[in-house]
Amino acid sequence: MDLAPYLLLAGLEGLVQASVLMLTALGLSLVFGVMRVVNVAHGEFYMLGALIAWACGAYIPGPPVLGFVAGLLVAPLAVGALAWAADRAVLQKIGYNPEGTIVSTIGMLYILQQGALLTFGPDARAVDAPFYYTIRTPWFGYSSYKLFTVAVAILLVAGLWLLMRKSKVGLLMRATQFDRETALNFGIPVGKVYSAVFAIGAMMAAVAGVLVVPNQQAHYLMGTDPLLLSFVVVIVGGLGSIPGTIAAAVLIGLSDGLLSVFFSPTLAKIVSTLLVALVLIFRPEGLFTVKGRRA
Amino acid sequence: MTKLQVEGLSAFYGQSQALRGLTLELSGGEVLCLLGRNGAGKTTALKAIMGTVPPSSGRLVLDGRELTGLPPQEIPRAGIGYVPQGRRLFTELTVWENLEIGLMTRKTGREALEHALELFPVLRERMQQRSGTLSGGEQTMLAMARAMCLNPSVIMLDEPTEGLMPSAIAGIREAVIRLRSEGVAILLVEQRVDAVLPVADRVAFMDHGEIKAELPIAEVRANPDLLHHYVGIAARPARPATC
Repeated sequence: MDLAPYLLLAGLEGLVQASVLMLTALGLSLVFGVMRVVNVAHGEFYMLGALIAWACGAYIPGPPVLGFVAGLLVAPLAVGALAWAADRAVLQKIGYNPEGTIVSTIGMLYILQQGALLTFGPDARAVDAPFYYTIRTPWFGYSSYKLFTVAVAILLVAGLWLLMRKSKVGLLMRATQFDRETALNFGIPVGKVYSAVFAIGAMMAAVAGVLVVPNQQAHYLMGTDPLLLSFVVVIVGGLGSIPGTIAAAVLIGLSDGLLSVFFSPTLAKIVSTLLVALVLIFRPEGLFTVKGRRA
Repeated sequence: MTKLQVEGLSAFYGQSQALRGLTLELSGGEVLCLLGRNGAGKTTALKAIMGTVPPSSGRLVLDGRELTGLPPQEIPRAGIGYVPQGRRLFTELTVWENLEIGLMTRKTGREALEHALELFPVLRERMQQRSGTLSGGEQTMLAMARAMCLNPSVIMLDEPTEGLMPSAIAGIREAVIRLRSEGVAILLVEQRVDAVLPVADRVAFMDHGEIKAELPIAEVRANPDLLHHYVGIAARPARPATC
């Protein structure tokens, strides 16, 4: 087999990883962009999404597609409600103080992680893909579910973009992001906007967890890697920038896929960490952010 | 008829008291100007009325409705429009989006928008332009138009002429006079005395977070020493209101 099929395979794997990463990182970026909250518990929302998807698959009788669809609906709603409650009960009470939010989201991380351990146990849980169909190429077969993951991620990102750019709710979110005090001066219920944003961010992570779980097993510790990669993406793309986050997710996802296939996953992590360091030194506003502007 | 009634409003920044028992009344069709040096507490007074600097004590009544203790987002909904210092536009949003936020606040309709655009027609051509790319004068017009989209009974303007060319200042002044003639109560904070004298009905001099004196404009015009005493500048001859 020559190089081209390897490149194609690595590119596809990178694309799948990029799409899941894009969803997770967009949630993190949205929360930081609007609320200025560094949500250390974000990966746990992803983990909860995956575990809820497993529970739906395990307890809903019938073909796997039923459990999967249920997971795709229940996980973001349940996780979004949990995040909304966490925002009202904790973050709002401490007035979104930057240091306080970091400490309290670390607390949320441990509570969610240990809560998942108590509820679901320490075992990794396998989830069936909703459909098995292999797309044949002259060189290899490729899972159609993985391409479905990419399509769903693109649809969701397009939906988020439409929400932010074309809806009144999105307008309120953007106004709050740009200037909280002026938003208050124009009657925007900033507290409610923050709760909604925190919930939407968590829902994005939960959907990513649901989509990824047929490819990798659900586990109570699975939130750490996507959290770190999301931070990498958000820093490289520019804090709070949606287009920057999308571009950085594709960049990091593809480079991760290519390096993992051709060299090793460890080298892929080293390269992405090095990229973050270089960005922080030479272009702290992010690779894809025009200075002084955020999208 | 009294539109806005403020009684004994006090506010702190940490341990430091920035506003000491501010008391004022404002009627419809009247312009009250707060004058004072930098740090006198003028902007804090407006922020305390809007609730973004939470008052530690005092009362706020608008059109007979008690607003004391309401969360900040309820104050504009009650009918107080605010043009903050430096305009504070949502600079990444378009002109239309800035106006739309004003319209959404009180669910005012096309009429409020048309009224604002009638006063500032230049904004009609700029609807899809990012507001941060407007000139200083246009940005002030947009900030005023955005506040007018609330269809407010009181408008508070914090140094609207700051950094503007004389032609833009004249436009803003005309808009203030027009609003006053329509019965809107206007609370104007200024440092430029020449921008105040042609439009104000009364002047309240602030210092150290409190109103030291409140006088009709005729008395201020007749005693230029007052300006020197409270603001630290000599008054220039007042221009007529129509300029």
